[in-house]
Amino acid sequence: MFSGEQIAELLESLAITHVVTVPDSTIGQWQTAIERRGATRIVRVCREGEAWQVAAGLYMGGASPLVMIQCTGLFESGDAIRNSIHDWKLPLFAIIGYRSYLNQDTLPGDTCLVFTEPTLDAWKIDYRLITSPDQFATIGEHFRKTRERCAPGAILVAEGKA
Amino acid sequence: MMSAKEALAVVHQLRGEDDVVITTMTPARDWMTMPQNPRDLVLVPSAMSHATSMGLGVALAQPDRRVIVCNDDGSMLMNLGSLVSIVEARASNLTVLVFDNGTYEVTGSQRVPGAGTANFVQFADGAGFAATFQFSDIETWRRGARNALFAPGPTFIWLRVEPVVGLPGPKSPGPAGTRATAFMAALRGK
Repeated sequence: MFSGEQIAELLESLAITHVVTVPDSTIGQWQTAIERRGATRIVRVCREGEAWQVAAGLYMGGASPLVMIQCTGLFESGDAIRNSIHDWKLPLFAIIGYRSYLNQDTLPGDTCLVFTEPTLDAWKIDYRLITSPDQFATIGEHFRKTRERCAPGAILVAEGKA
Repeated sequence: MMSAKEALAVVHQLRGEDDVVITTMTPARDWMTMPQNPRDLVLVPSAMSHATSMGLGVALAQPDRRVIVCNDDGSMLMNLGSLVSIVEARASNLTVLVFDNGTYEVTGSQRVPGAGTANFVQFADGAGFAATFQFSDIETWRRGARNALFAPGPTFIWLRVEPVVGLPGPKSPGPAGTRATAFMAALRGK
């Protein structure tokens, strides 16, 4: 839906210092462009719960991190989200790939479609769903609004095949 | 083996004024009995096992400070992948200590999987840590601690400590959100 160059430029415009990530087949394609641009450091972690807590440490240390994971990793992340954004009240922001939203050929009946949005609601994360390229500006707008409110937020990016 | 609290006191004595010390679980309980520094982060409440991840984030954001994470064995086992993440991120200013008492002390001293057999230094070596150390008696730890804590990192220290039975787990020293604000101000020099 978006090129790596688009995302890299956006992250730089938002002054994102670090992207803490476990890739999937969509968001992982952006890494090369982000690293090539050089304004935002990629921090590769081994599971998604780590990503939120590394981002929490980065934020407390004065950086401006962003978590980039797939929705399956959102499910893995529960305790780390609870602690970082609700206990420690850190306004972390995430871009989350929404598996199978556009195409269920690989995984017919993918339960990611059942649980992703209710999970974000359960964690009280204000999110916007992006389903087409013409919504690109929404990413930056939502980041700025949540940051102004010092609140956590997320962007769900609809994906095709798993 | 040595007393966990005595071993922790060595860290407390040697940490620099500007260093960051993050504690969780049993080390957090004992750390709170010692004089505090604005750059201490008592990670209570915590997300299970994530003190090393939190420490990695702080270390990357504050590359000119030494960041010391005092973890325990059960937490380390739950997040072994973080050792690889730390090496991948080249966090040369990060020191991870594991206080290994072989038990989940804060939940009533149930046995930890691998107690007495799992080798934490081998985990850290396998992950690629720049420096690894292990100590099991207090005098050797006192003699070697400065060199170990401040070795070019990422650095890993395995401390074999005695379990303590019957003490309660750590209690939060105050609202986490308020403490986060104070910690951030301390790191940013405000």
